[in-house]
Amino acid sequence: MDSNTVPLLDVRDLTVEFATRRGTVRAVKRVNLSIARGETLGVVGESGSGKSVTSYAVMRILERTGRIAEGSIAFSGVPLRELPEREMRDLRGREISMIFQNPRAALNPIRPVGQQIADVLRRHGQATRANARAKAIAALEQVRIARAAERHDAYPFELSGGMCQRVVIALALACRPRLLIADEPTTGLDVTTQKAVMDLVTELTRERGMSTLLITHDLGLASAYCDRVAVMQQGEVVENADAIAIFRAPTHAYTRRLMRATPRPGAGLRDLLPEGAAPAPLPAPDPRAGEPLLEVEGLVKEYPRTGLGGWLARLAGRAPEAPFRAVDGISFRVNRGESVGLVGESGCGKSTTSMMLMRLLDPTAGRIRFAGQEIGAMPTRGFAASPLRPRIQMVFQDPTDSLNPRLTASRAIADPILRMGRERGAALQARVEELADLVGLPRILLHRFPHQLSGGQKARIGIARAIALNPDLVILDEPTAALDVSVQAVVLNLLQDLKLRLGMSYLFVSHDLHVVRLLCDRVIVMRQGKVVEEGSSQQVLENPRADYTRELIAAIPHPPV
Amino acid sequence: MLRTVLSRLGTALPSLAGVVVITFLLTRVLPGDPALYFAGPVASPEAIAAIRAQLGLDQPLWTQFAGYVAALFRGDLGTSLTTGRPVVEDIAARLPASAELTLLGLFIAVGIAVPLGILAALRQGSWIDHLCRLVTTAGVSLPVFFTGLLAVYVFYYLLGWSPAPLGRLDSFLSEPPARTGFLLIDSLLAGDTEVFRAALGQILLPALTLGIFALAPLARMTRAAMLAALSAEFIRTARANGLGGRTIVFAYAFRNAMLPVLTTLGMVFSFLLGANVLVEKVFAWPGIGSYAVEALIASDFAPVQGFVLTMAILYILLNLAIDLLYGLIDPRMRKVA
Amino acid sequence: MAENPALPAARAPSPLAALLRHARHVVGENPVTAMAFGLFFLLLLCALLGPWIAPHDPLASDTARALAPPSLSNPFGTDHLGRDILSRVIVATRLDLGIAICSVALVFVLGGLAGVAAGFFGGWTDRIVGRIADTIMAFPLFVLAMGIVAALGNTVTNIVIATAIVNFPLYARIARAEAAVRREAGYVQAARLTGNGEWRVLLGTILPNILPIMAVQMSLTMGYAILNAAGLSFIGLGIRPPMPEWGIMVAEGAAYIVSGEWWVALFPGLALMLAVFTFNLLGDGLRDIVDPQRRS
Repeated sequence: MDSNTVPLLDVRDLTVEFATRRGTVRAVKRVNLSIARGETLGVVGESGSGKSVTSYAVMRILERTGRIAEGSIAFSGVPLRELPEREMRDLRGREISMIFQNPRAALNPIRPVGQQIADVLRRHGQATRANARAKAIAALEQVRIARAAERHDAYPFELSGGMCQRVVIALALACRPRLLIADEPTTGLDVTTQKAVMDLVTELTRERGMSTLLITHDLGLASAYCDRVAVMQQGEVVENADAIAIFRAPTHAYTRRLMRATPRPGAGLRDLLPEGAAPAPLPAPDPRAGEPLLEVEGLVKEYPRTGLGGWLARLAGRAPEAPFRAVDGISFRVNRGESVGLVGESGCGKSTTSMMLMRLLDPTAGRIRFAGQEIGAMPTRGFAASPLRPRIQMVFQDPTDSLNPRLTASRAIADPILRMGRERGAALQARVEELADLVGLPRILLHRFPHQLSGGQKARIGIARAIALNPDLVILDEPTAALDVSVQAVVLNLLQDLKLRLGMSYLFVSHDLHVVRLLCDRVIVMRQGKVVEEGSSQQVLENPRADYTRELIAAIPHPPV
Repeated sequence: MLRTVLSRLGTALPSLAGVVVITFLLTRVLPGDPALYFAGPVASPEAIAAIRAQLGLDQPLWTQFAGYVAALFRGDLGTSLTTGRPVVEDIAARLPASAELTLLGLFIAVGIAVPLGILAALRQGSWIDHLCRLVTTAGVSLPVFFTGLLAVYVFYYLLGWSPAPLGRLDSFLSEPPARTGFLLIDSLLAGDTEVFRAALGQILLPALTLGIFALAPLARMTRAAMLAALSAEFIRTARANGLGGRTIVFAYAFRNAMLPVLTTLGMVFSFLLGANVLVEKVFAWPGIGSYAVEALIASDFAPVQGFVLTMAILYILLNLAIDLLYGLIDPRMRKVA
Repeated sequence: MAENPALPAARAPSPLAALLRHARHVVGENPVTAMAFGLFFLLLLCALLGPWIAPHDPLASDTARALAPPSLSNPFGTDHLGRDILSRVIVATRLDLGIAICSVALVFVLGGLAGVAAGFFGGWTDRIVGRIADTIMAFPLFVLAMGIVAALGNTVTNIVIATAIVNFPLYARIARAEAAVRREAGYVQAARLTGNGEWRVLLGTILPNILPIMAVQMSLTMGYAILNAAGLSFIGLGIRPPMPEWGIMVAEGAAYIVSGEWWVALFPGLALMLAVFTFNLLGDGLRDIVDPQRRS
């Protein structure tokens, strides 16, 4: 056959099974995929869809319990499934290579990064002991790492997450393979870093005429960088088509649902829900809306530099370093019945801010006024007994981590009422059930423990607990970051309904401007402990004033509409 | 490097101070009359009074402590009632015997445990993995003095392969000139193979007994650490880049797995130094452990106190060495220091 | 259905029942754990009913029958004073287990509380507990136990105290680490938001989540506590003859090993080994029950 018509990678009827304690589990079921030379194929799916397992099967690096049960994998005509392990090992890194999510963990923590690249080069006969160092430095330079000679001897813990991902890319591309498999390469990185990393991958692979298999949960990412997209659901490929076509006219119901649930410009909150899901009628807004509820003025949080370094400096008579300012004099306010978004990348101080507002952390300076009372000066320890405590509540980022594993759902929801509410006995029971109904948690699940519930159900319990005492202000700390997009759509709508029905105010802390826009009236953008922009959601997204906000918006990939 | 060593030494100082305070407290503040302990059970009231004055027990606690520390700096740990000699001299004379035994036991343990743990992790579920599990479970459950007695019964009484469990060297042989104090090394330096063989015959059973005891935690930790390292994400990256079996096992997995194993080694030393006392009693080994046990039975407290202090100082030094080694392997520790 | 008041959360299966069900599952699946539980009950039986089960008086000596090898009337043989070794081994169970259980219970309470407080409150509490633990850890543990018993006096109580002290750092460190991890966990922050004061968060939320881990540790250190106590009595500390105790019985038998009377030391030694083995297996089994993810 002509080499141009043979796909570079051709996966036929691939089935992967895992031996578990509950018998054999089929993680991948008769999957067909093919990638042409120079093509980028996106494999999109929610958690548990089998997308990563598919790629591990292609590389034959499944963990011990997994095995390829059926099907064939051909790489430029060579059947990989039958290839002896020794030859497969020659292929990995030289012909097909892979980059992973969580780049810091993907590198050997106690070996200099340049050395790790040299290991791969020498393994595939691309360098000798004499020139390995020079070639490793060249590989680092290719992924645009500045001062590559110096970074050659650095250890992963000395580099930032984005820098580590560049090293992983250098490692994968060092031997000029023909196929690159990128498994969630940007998950866990900040949005601006995400964009830089993806642009780099695209540029390098295009330059070399490589093919790419991009595995992601993010439809936006897939649409922005792929030629073709395969959508996976529960181990099966449900749709496989041209990228533009799949977003313009998705044919499979699951793809349509996934598409709808992905936040994108122009789509409102209700647009995220599956077709035909009728939203509940909304009650009239709170008459008191507009009065200031929370006022923050010049809020500062400093952390002293700790560790032996500071101690030695003091010993040597040198002045200790200035304390680290996590939050650097921010001011804003939240009105009654209003939702305000607090947006920024990791380390910008948004979580520290929310902890101080929650009175779980004492500020270094500044004022926090809540419902006309100064609460910033009240010590955190005593605040548990304050009558204001029930009026400020929070929904946490990780629904699993935020539920006590020893309490049932109903006990978790009842917890704030038992401590600060009045209902007891049958009344308490009734109130817990009412709350479960409000957040859409089926009552039969109330006696279950957290480990018996799904992520979405746990998120609902966390919300029910937060609204149990009818708080005035709820801080939402990335409430959907750990959830799949379809669940995220439902939870965001639920939050909006609850807000309107109960007349609460929200402070929505998030890294994702598109998500924040859906729920919030106003947005505050933070960077390095300072507020860089503040305005209505519409203004900030459509007409950003600060360069940083523009960068942030441009970095978020989204599907074409 | 020098700075690292100095800063590690700095972290050992509080431990050293704690040890000195505790050994002092063990004799002075606890119930009963310390003078009685130091004088021994058969002393006359006059002798007890003399010892009380000599120990300064009639003075305030702080003065006593200062005197104690001053004596320590002079290398004065008191006098043994049983031998009539200064405790420091006794301990110095007997330390090489204990050190030789303990170190050989440790080498045996590490030499078996580390390869066994690695193989068990590489071939999970194979016979060698089961052997590893058996050895670790049995090793943890065996009282060390009981293993020693069983070994004596089998290898001395039943098989006659081993000499009588009575010390370091047959009394008919003369010791080689002492250079290191380790009979095995000294006899080789003197070119005396007969003494070397005899000394090896004597030390083999007690050292094996100690080795079996120390083997279990080391093999268990090596296996667990190797398994953890092998399933780490960076190993997946290395495999995805085609790195071969040996590079992955040794340069990538083992070097990372060594870190928890080294930490365990500190704990193993603690066990070994304690087990040493029991093994010395079983094999009548003339080390500081049996010295302390003899003194205990005679209610002669100064040697016991000297022994506890010596062991603690040795242990602190060993931990220091482990810390330094750890820093050599793990760059993250170097940066912190 | 929604209006049915009989349905609600009150009918939830209690956590204890769920744990028992899981325990039965683990034991049923793992015969080794089942065996460990069997051995444990055997030991418990000997400890509780020892004097009534023993075929002979453990203290009655009969020099005419000294050092008799195992026979039908003395299945484990007799010692140098002609006492029945089987009876002595059985009766000794109570003392050996008693010492171990008392010392472990003592350190469980003291070390556990100190560690939890250190991990939860941090600051000077953490520094003081850490300094105490570090100082104890600076000694080889058995050597420190020797020093403590030698100084405090040669009694069983002091063996219990010494064993507890040398185990203190282990318990304090585990409890500290577990508490420190949970101090900032989401559900602990949530408990603060629901109006729980710091003490209530510590006792009501953190402690119940740490207890199972500590219980596993307790079982694992039982074996070490038994070995420690037996080692001390082997070198002549704590227990005085003629009281039957495994360590001292092995020590008595040590003299006869070289002349071939193996049974005097072997049977108490085996009993000791079996007890330690049982608690180690039990600890591993308990770990599986408490945390199925951390199977070794």
